[in-house]
Amino acid sequence: MARNHVTTTVNGDEYEFLCDAEQTLLDCLRDELFLTGTKEGCASGDCGACNVMLDGRLVCSCLVLGVEADGKSMETIEGMAHGEELHPLQKKFLELNGLQCGICTPGILIAAKALLDRNPDPTETEIRYWLAGNLCRCTGYDKVVRSVQAAAEEIRKD
Amino acid sequence: MSDLRYEAPGTLDAAVAMLADEKGDARVMAGGTDVLVQIHENMIEPNLVIDIKNIPELTGISEENGGWRVGAATIGMEIVEHEGFSAAWPGIVDSVKLIGSIQVKGRASIGGNLCNASPGADSVPAIIAAGATATIFGPDGERQVPVEDIAIAPGKTSLAKGEIVVSFFFPERPPHSGGAYLRFTPRTEMDIAVVGVGIDLTLDDGSICQAARVSLGAVAARALLVDEAAAALIGTSVDADALSVLAAAASAACKPIDDKRGTKDFRIKVAGVLARRTALIALERAKQS
Repeated sequence: MARNHVTTTVNGDEYEFLCDAEQTLLDCLRDELFLTGTKEGCASGDCGACNVMLDGRLVCSCLVLGVEADGKSMETIEGMAHGEELHPLQKKFLELNGLQCGICTPGILIAAKALLDRNPDPTETEIRYWLAGNLCRCTGYDKVVRSVQAAAEEIRKD
Repeated sequence: MSDLRYEAPGTLDAAVAMLADEKGDARVMAGGTDVLVQIHENMIEPNLVIDIKNIPELTGISEENGGWRVGAATIGMEIVEHEGFSAAWPGIVDSVKLIGSIQVKGRASIGGNLCNASPGADSVPAIIAAGATATIFGPDGERQVPVEDIAIAPGKTSLAKGEIVVSFFFPERPPHSGGAYLRFTPRTEMDIAVVGVGIDLTLDDGSICQAARVSLGAVAARALLVDEAAAALIGTSVDADALSVLAAAASAACKPIDDKRGTKDFRIKVAGVLARRTALIALERAKQS
């Protein structure tokens, strides 16, 4: 069986890879492109650890086939900081301990950025509902929400 | 090396030919939020996945003859964000908002929600209550089918081999029409309906209900269209007496199972309670429209 040839854009750079039809986008990011910042949690769309932006939409990369990325554009956690300059969300998660083990963090950062790009002034309730698809078993979510609120405040100041 | 093949045809004819010609198991994929999980958990082992998102008729929301047409593979987020459709069919949007997380709605579609044929699918009772018609395309051409006739049992649809649900048509609404969908879940998000109720109704100029449709989810092997429950509302002002008759009719129509989400008795009771609440929201929306 011929493997599928995929040409795609990740964080502004063009990539090509070969994949089997059943490989998910998450598998392809990690195993074909070696972009291992995107994490596997549940692999069934429940936990959000594998979140990426695909053509401007927040998705679980475990619920996308790698072949579907052909001709599309993605943003992953690797593209969030500008060189050494962290995104305000990354800074606030570090400052306010918005993470502990860190497996859920790339997905939460991508999802939170998607929210703040739409709405830089969300209420706590809006943050909690928006992040309902991102499971964290360490923090109890409170520090996650505080970190997102602090980052939103910083973004609004800029 | 994998045996699975992937195709993403650009036309309905090509997709239907692939489905009809496949000797092994072929699966249609829209958002993939059910199909990919089933593949990766080895619940199904298809030989071919046909991605239908590149077919123009399958995606998008547009006005048509005073009503709205929604492509079966249109993602949930697009439906939720669409101002015109949301204003016309708030009950559909109620239900789509409840499907999975934001990131799942970035992929999941109402056509997939219907064809996955889970009795607990949130959008299905709302679409049935709306009186929507599905356009189905297959080897023998196109046919129009009421949505309540498609998902017939858990995991089973009435589609023939090679057929695809293309789009849903939501007809033009008379003045003073409103719809709503409510479900019961232990959690507010990321859960599966224990009971779901979709109600759509139309009032006359004197605020008397002249048309209604009531659909129940998660209380039988398929979403139910309950004529007796609708009859309880028609000809009334949707007052307390009518709501009591509605609740009794909704409960009486349930044929639920006991499972970890809820017992039979609980589901029967809750169907009545939710029917009342849903009707009141639909009534308020009808008065304002």
